[in-house]
Amino acid sequence: MNDAAKSKMKARIHIVKRAAMPWYQAAGIRALALFLAVIVCGIVTYVLTGDNPASVFKTIFEGSFGSERRFWVMLQNLSMLLCVSLAMAPAFRMRFWNIGGEGQVLVGCLATAACMINLGGKIPNGFLIFMSLMAAVSAGAFWAFIPAACKANWNTNETLFTLMMNYVATQLTAYYIIIWESPKGSGKVGIIQQKSQAGWLPQIGQYKYLLPVLVVFILTIIVYIYMRYSKQGYELAVVGESEKTARYVGISVPRVIVRSMILSGAICGLCGFLLVAGTDHTITTTLAGGRGFTAVMVAWMAKFNPIGMIFTAFLLVFLNKGAGEIATSFGLNQSFSDILSGIIIFFLIGCEFFISYRIVRQRGEGQNV
Amino acid sequence: MKKLLALTLGMVMALTAAGASFAGETEADVVIPSDMKVGFIFLHDENSTYDLNFINAAKEAAAELGMSEDQIVLKTNVPEGQECYDTAADLADGGCSVVFADSFGHEDYMIQAAQEFPEVEFCHATGTKAHTEGIENYHNAFASIYEGRYLAGVAAGLKLNEMIANGEFSEDEAKVGYVGAFTYAEVISGYTSFFLGVRSQCPSATMEVTFTGSWYDETAEKEGANKLISDGCKLISQHADSMGAPTACEDAGIPDVSYNGSTIDACPNTFIISSRINWTPYFKYAIQKAAAGEPIEADWTGTIATGSVELSELNENVAAEGTKEKLEEVMAALEDGSLHVFDTSTFTVNGEELSSYLADVDTDEAYEKDTDVIADGYFHESEYRSAPYFDITDGFDGIELLDTNFG
Repeated sequence: MNDAAKSKMKARIHIVKRAAMPWYQAAGIRALALFLAVIVCGIVTYVLTGDNPASVFKTIFEGSFGSERRFWVMLQNLSMLLCVSLAMAPAFRMRFWNIGGEGQVLVGCLATAACMINLGGKIPNGFLIFMSLMAAVSAGAFWAFIPAACKANWNTNETLFTLMMNYVATQLTAYYIIIWESPKGSGKVGIIQQKSQAGWLPQIGQYKYLLPVLVVFILTIIVYIYMRYSKQGYELAVVGESEKTARYVGISVPRVIVRSMILSGAICGLCGFLLVAGTDHTITTTLAGGRGFTAVMVAWMAKFNPIGMIFTAFLLVFLNKGAGEIATSFGLNQSFSDILSGIIIFFLIGCEFFISYRIVRQRGEGQNV
Repeated sequence: MKKLLALTLGMVMALTAAGASFAGETEADVVIPSDMKVGFIFLHDENSTYDLNFINAAKEAAAELGMSEDQIVLKTNVPEGQECYDTAADLADGGCSVVFADSFGHEDYMIQAAQEFPEVEFCHATGTKAHTEGIENYHNAFASIYEGRYLAGVAAGLKLNEMIANGEFSEDEAKVGYVGAFTYAEVISGYTSFFLGVRSQCPSATMEVTFTGSWYDETAEKEGANKLISDGCKLISQHADSMGAPTACEDAGIPDVSYNGSTIDACPNTFIISSRINWTPYFKYAIQKAAAGEPIEADWTGTIATGSVELSELNENVAAEGTKEKLEEVMAALEDGSLHVFDTSTFTVNGEELSSYLADVDTDEAYEKDTDVIADGYFHESEYRSAPYFDITDGFDGIELLDTNFG
C-alpha cells in the first residue's frame, strides 16, 4: 500500500479521551443535553399528537408537584428507588454486576410479610417491627450472598446468577401468596392486618410517607461516607479498578466480594421492609416493581455517587409520575410518555460521551481529498 | 351461498329491558351537575381486553348521562398496591365525588381510601367485602354473568345436538372442553353455569376443564384448548380473555363459545356466541345515585334486565338452526324467574341432589363457609353478595377437572 492510499484511509474524525473536566463544564454539558432533549420532546409531541408541548410539560410537572399528596408520593417513590440504587453502588463500584436487586428486594418483602402474617397480634408491636426488619435485612443479604459466594469461590458469572435469583424469588413469593391468599383462588393477599395494623411502621404526625423517606435519606449519607471515606469503601474501588492490584496490596478479593454483596443485599432487604411494613402492607410478585433494574440505570448515570443518585433517581421518578399524568390528562397512551422518557434518557446518557471524550477533526492532507 | 346473518341479541335485550323496572327511580330524573367529577381506576390500559371493557363502559356511561369529557378522569396502569390508594386519594383530592376501581386486588386500598374520604363514594367491581365492612361509602358490584354463560351454554348444547344428528359423533361422546383461568369461585361459577346450559339441551353432555393459572396468557390458553381437543372435546369454551382458545378452535375446526366479546372476525368458521358483562348500567346507576345524594347499594348485581349481562351477535353460519328462538325463550324464562341456572334438580354432587350448601360469602382468611345459599330448590348465586361464590368442584357429576390452579 502506498502512502497516498494510506493517508486516504486515515479517518478524518478522531475520538480523543478528555482529561478530567471541571465540574461546571460537565454540568453545563448535561444542562445543554436536557435542554435539547426537551426541545426534541416538544417537536415529537407536536408532530405526533398536535398537543401543545408547553402544556404537556406543565402536566408532567404536575404529576409530581400538582398537590401536596403527589409531592409526598413522589418523595416516597424516589426514596424507594434511591434505596435500591444505593444497594447497587458498592457492588458496581467493584465491577460486580449485581442485577439481582429485584429478587433481593422481593425476598425482603416476603420476609416482612411472613412476620406480619404469622406473628401479627402475637407479640408486642415494636418487637414485631424489629423482627420484620431483621428478617427482611437477613433475607436480602442471604439472597445476595449466594451468588457472591459462588463468584468468590468458583468464579461463576454473577450477572446470570443474580438474574436467575430474581426468578427464584418471584416463584417463591408466588408460592407463599397461594398459602396466604384470601379469598381462596383469588391469588391476592390483600392488605395484611388492615384492622389491627400490627407490624405497620408508625406514621410521623400526619405524614404517611415521612418515615421511609427519612430512613433512606439517612442511609444515603451513610453509604456516601462508607464509599468515600472508609477503608472498606476504598478497597471496593481498588478491586473494581484492578483485581491484580488489589491482590498485590494484600486485599482479599473474595472477602471484599462477599462482604459488599451482603451489604448490597441487606440494603435491598431494607427496601423490601419499607415497602411492606411502611407503605403497601401487602405482598405481590410485582411489589419490587422493576426497581431492581431501574436502579442499575440510576446508579450508572450518577457514576455510583450516592449524592448524584438523588438527582438521577428524582429524574426517573419525575418522568414516570409525569407519564401517568399525561396519560390521564391528554388521553394519550402511557406508551407516549415512555417515548418522552426515552428521549430524555437517551440525551442524558449520550451526553456522558461528550464529557468523557472529545471529537477532533483531522487536519492536513485528509482535508484535501 | 348462505350469507352470514348476524343479529344482535344484545339489542333485543336492551329493547326488552327498556320497559323494565331497572333503576326506574332515578333514571332521567337526575341531572348530573356540570361540575361533578368521576374518577376511574384501571389495572391496565386499553391493550387489555378486560380493562378495555371497563374503559368503554366509563366513556359510554358519561356520554349517556350527558357528562363532558372533563368530568371523567381515567387512571390507567394502576397496580394492586399502595398506588391504588394514592390514586384513589388523588382523585378525591381532585374533586371526584365517585371513584371506581376495576380489579379484584384494588379492594383493600379502596376501602382504605373510603375510610379517609367519607364524603366520596368508592365503588369497586368484583370485590367481596362491602357487605361485611359496613362502610357507608364503599360498594361492590358484579353481574349475574352466570346467566349469560348459561345462555351461551344453551347455544353450545344445540350445536352438540346438531352434530350428533349429523352423525359426527355419538351421544356418549358429546364432551365439551373449558379453558379456565384460576380455580376461583368466579371461574367455577362460570364453567358450571355454562355446563348446565349445555346439558339443558344435550343431556348426555360431559365436560373437561383445564386451568391456565393466568387471566391472560395466549400461549397457555391455546395449549389448553389443544389439549382438550386432542382429549376428544367436541366444543370449547373459555374464561380467560385472550384469543388463544378461539384460534386453536379455528385451526382445528372445533366450534367455540368465547368470552368478553365476539371473536367472529378471527374465527368465522367456528365462533358461535360470546357473553360479557356490560358495566355501563352500573356506572350510570352509581353516578346518578351520587348526584341525587341517595345511597348506593353495598352490593349491586347487574342482570339481563339491567342490561349488564350481554350476549354478542350469534354467528348463524356455525350455530345450530333455531338457536336464536331458543335463546329468546330461555332468556325470557330467566328474566321472569321461572328458570334458575343453578336449579338443584338439574345437577348432582357425588350422585346426590343438594338440599343445602354452605358457601364462603363473608371473606376471611380461613375460607370459613358461613352462609347456606340453597333455598327454594336452587343455589342463590350473587344474592348474598354481588361477586360469585359458587365454588363446588369436588364430586360435581359430569364435570372433570384435569388440573387445578389456585394462583
